[in-house]
Amino acid sequence: MSQAPATPGAADDDVHDEPIPMMQQLIDNPFLLLFLGVAMPTVLYIVWGVMEIVGIPLAK
Amino acid sequence: MAVNRNFRTCPSTGLVYHEPAEKLIRWNAVAGVVSLLVGGVLALLVTLTRWPAVKLLPPDWFYLVLTAHGLDMLVFWIIFFEIAVLYFAASTLLKCRLATPKVAWVAFWLMIVGAITNNIAVFKGDSSVMFTSYVPMGAHPLFYLGFILFAVGALVACFVFFGTLVVGKAEKTYNGSIPLVTFGAVTAAIIAVFTIAAGAIILIPTFLWSVGLVSHIDSLMYRTVWWAFGHSSQQINVAAHVSVWYAIAAIVFGAKPMSEKVSRGAFVLYILFLQLASAHHLLADPGLTSNWKIFNTSYAMYLAVLASMVHGLTVPGAIEVAQRGKGFNKGLFEWLRKAPWGNPCFSGMFMSLVGFGFLGGISGVMMGTEQLNLIIHNTIYVPGHFHATVVVGTTLAFMALTYFLIPTLFRRELMFPGMAKWQTYVYGLGMMGFSVFMMGAGTLGVPRRHWDMAFSGAALPHEFPGAAYLMMGLMAVSGVLATVGGAMYLVNTVGSVFFGKKIVTPDFKRVPVREGMAPARPPEPAVAPAGHGAIGAGGFVAPGTFVLAMVFLTSFVLYYFVNWKYLSTVWPLK
Repeated sequence: MSQAPATPGAADDDVHDEPIPMMQQLIDNPFLLLFLGVAMPTVLYIVWGVMEIVGIPLAK
Repeated sequence: MAVNRNFRTCPSTGLVYHEPAEKLIRWNAVAGVVSLLVGGVLALLVTLTRWPAVKLLPPDWFYLVLTAHGLDMLVFWIIFFEIAVLYFAASTLLKCRLATPKVAWVAFWLMIVGAITNNIAVFKGDSSVMFTSYVPMGAHPLFYLGFILFAVGALVACFVFFGTLVVGKAEKTYNGSIPLVTFGAVTAAIIAVFTIAAGAIILIPTFLWSVGLVSHIDSLMYRTVWWAFGHSSQQINVAAHVSVWYAIAAIVFGAKPMSEKVSRGAFVLYILFLQLASAHHLLADPGLTSNWKIFNTSYAMYLAVLASMVHGLTVPGAIEVAQRGKGFNKGLFEWLRKAPWGNPCFSGMFMSLVGFGFLGGISGVMMGTEQLNLIIHNTIYVPGHFHATVVVGTTLAFMALTYFLIPTLFRRELMFPGMAKWQTYVYGLGMMGFSVFMMGAGTLGVPRRHWDMAFSGAALPHEFPGAAYLMMGLMAVSGVLATVGGAMYLVNTVGSVFFGKKIVTPDFKRVPVREGMAPARPPEPAVAPAGHGAIGAGGFVAPGTFVLAMVFLTSFVLYYFVNWKYLSTVWPLK
């Protein structure tokens, strides 16, 4: 583990071991994006819109 | 169960096609083109009826034809083709086998049965409710059932796409992040899942209402949830055709995105915010508050508009950098002058980009402003806008991609290559004129959907200025031109696929993946990051694109404020 890399390829592996940035993890996870892409419009458009319509007083 | 791992490599492009995926891509694309054929014939009938000097059809036929035209074009043509694009982006671009091909076939046949059922309901004559099918206007139950079956099929197809991404990752057919074009397809699929779920939420109760199991559907509730389906379905197109732009830039020019991070970031903005623009259809509805309207159509939608402007800048920018790298480095626009304007793949894509941005994009932002929306709400301006986005933007981009797919996917030569060179111009310029004149007529108040703009014989007829009739006439002439362009596309593509000369590859065979197809990508040699060298001018690597972007922004600002000025004359403030 502690040995120095003997070849350029091994050095590349070390580079790949660096932590992946959070935004890249997000972008590389299609199911997390799917959740966000469905949740955002569901809450901001459908749920909010339906709540406003339900809140309209009925005519008497 | 045995898994089909047979692949073939296209000898001219090097693309790798999984055998079941290839068949599914072909069948979905063909189903899309058949829908386009039906919708195109109906488009001509709609155009000739709305032409005041012709008025071809009587009112009942007009509404029937308009309903079928909207559904065949906005839903069936586009979504069949998009499913083909999704399978291509997942399986071919990731060199990966398609997940669960049998389920994908079930999805395909559900979509076919749904589309046919829906069309039958419309052509029977008792479902002329138009694309929006607003309640309490009721259609035959088969109308809703067909819609629901089609939507379920499309949803299943989206999950086959997501499953293919999982297969690709598990079988390590790609390293690191998925390619940008596939990422754009992920964006389209995510928007599709939301769209179809919203459609189910509103169309299943409406179907139950049509068969008498539900007593009442609230019309405002219907409109609000329906537009989450109706408008978002067109946002799937935006993500899909932007992916096609990137793909064609790479195919024709070998162009690489100016910044992958920025382009991917723009797609994430689509995922988060694009669907919220649906609210612009409800800006004139009194039941919803301005908070809801303005948040959705302004704050959120502008982030999606920002994403479109990013794509509109980076795609031509990438092309400019690639062209300048090949030596077309003189002045601001040599790269554009020397572009392959005779290649329909490029000309169609570039007109799609320009038309979508200048016509569809700018008019969309204007319509999405609550106050300005009042000028054009429910006028023919609205179809003018969406013909610029969905037809000039999406359909033209898909047509351009077809000219690439016929030799590589169908292995046929184009029957009429000369016609293909002209087709994108005839169709693109025809549709641009059609959109512009519709928007012009809409600005003068001509209503959308209505059989007779003059309301002849009504108790309160309306006198439009002569300019409105001129606009409608020019719209119709442009529409006929576009129909000719559409017919040229159909003749060429259908003829080539079925009767075109076969491209024969000596020693062709399908190779099982285990025998070495789709090998892991060899490690790229470590090279120092290089700049763009001596290309560009004035410190910009893509100065021509920068100038085009400034022209766009100037047009945008001018048009936006001209409409505020126009609004002030409609309702003078004293």
